[in-house]
Amino acid sequence: MDFSAIPAALPSLLEGMLLTLQLLVFGVAGGVALGTVLAMMRLAHAPLLSNLAGLYVNYFRSIPLLLVITWFYFAVPFILRGITGEDTPVGAFTSCLVAFVMFEAAYFCEIVRAGIQSIPKGQMAAAQALGMTYGQCMRLVILPLAFRKMTPLLLQQSIILFQDTSLVYSVGLMDFLNSARSRGDIIGQPHEFLIFAGLVYFVLSFSASLLVKRLQKRLTV
Amino acid sequence: MNYNWDWGVFFKSTGIGDEIYLDWFLAGLGWTIALALSAWIIALLLGSLLGVLRTVPNRWASGIATTYVEIFRNVPLLVQLFLWYFLVPDLLPEPLELWFKQDLNPATSAYLSVVVCLGLFTAARVCEQVRTGIQALPKGQAAAARAMGFTLPQIYRYVLLPQAFRIIIPPLTSEFLNIFKNSAVASLIGLMELLAQTKQTAEFSANLFEAFTLATLIYFVLNMSLMLFMRGVEKKVAVPGLMSVGGK
Repeated sequence: MDFSAIPAALPSLLEGMLLTLQLLVFGVAGGVALGTVLAMMRLAHAPLLSNLAGLYVNYFRSIPLLLVITWFYFAVPFILRGITGEDTPVGAFTSCLVAFVMFEAAYFCEIVRAGIQSIPKGQMAAAQALGMTYGQCMRLVILPLAFRKMTPLLLQQSIILFQDTSLVYSVGLMDFLNSARSRGDIIGQPHEFLIFAGLVYFVLSFSASLLVKRLQKRLTV
Repeated sequence: MNYNWDWGVFFKSTGIGDEIYLDWFLAGLGWTIALALSAWIIALLLGSLLGVLRTVPNRWASGIATTYVEIFRNVPLLVQLFLWYFLVPDLLPEPLELWFKQDLNPATSAYLSVVVCLGLFTAARVCEQVRTGIQALPKGQAAAARAMGFTLPQIYRYVLLPQAFRIIIPPLTSEFLNIFKNSAVASLIGLMELLAQTKQTAEFSANLFEAFTLATLIYFVLNMSLMLFMRGVEKKVAVPGLMSVGGK
């Protein structure tokens, strides 16, 4: 084992890490936004809305993420051409991001739903008694309370997403894992680079989960 | 959209021998199931052992199990797979290494790597479920067993584990389903399981929407039937007198 080539390769590995983090940040932001909408649909009184959201969640939770990534990689350009009528080149990054947002939304939806359901009914009743509309109740009262409760769970799911971003390897996107693999292959030390990549993933997600645990302790009332 | 829909594509010849595309899907499904089931055996056995170790009143035992869980939970599955497939064979003693790389056919060596990888990866998760199950039991159970003169192995064997396993069936079910979904990573080291066959069909036939729709349906049906099966198991072995029996 000879790890001496790694320092020189750090800049290109860092570029890969930036791409990984971009996927993570946009994936979490989009996933939580879509997941919140889905959760409110699931809890809505209209059966059509709640069934639709339920179907969406069950659908995405029963197929592998890798399938979604691969499918979207092939399908997004097709669909866009169908909509715009002309060839719209979309990179692997966009199609992967769409895949992550849609897939993770199903998981975030379940977290947000549990969060909303854990808020005492009296909060909603009190807000309505004050004359707030449904939208105001949700936006000003229920959701802020719920989000505070579920922050640790959302963060845990984000750590899982951080690890799952490595699956973009399958469509050739140069994320952290892929750039480490290709660097290692070029230099002729694939093993060392692979071990290094594993170590970095481990240190990042392990320390993140320690922080989440600490936050969880502080947030519990 | 200039796309030629053709749902009959699965019954068309692939152009290789007299296979039709459906044969590819079936072969892929076979690999997926074989991978998941063999990995599940490892995961369940090792996971239970680790779960017990984590709750045993011995610092070293629980320390080892905790370390295992943290390592295997915090490294992405794909990295673990690459380590098992590319790195570990090189570290084996020479005769074993040659056997793995030259005597085995490529599908078998990939299969072995994925099974070991998925098994050890899922074992960390199973361990956490088993630990939760054991810790969820009232303390009086272990105390009563000890008062009756059971040794520590006996306490686990006759009192704690039989109850713990029955209450953790729902989370174990979701790990069991996860192992089927996670087995899709095998496609990235060239094993022709369901996802790889789907990709190949999409590329050969140019009917990518049909191919991926069928794959989705297969995963969906597989998932649902396993879930129903596990629900049946859960009802059958439910601990009488607990809230969870028969739902509400």
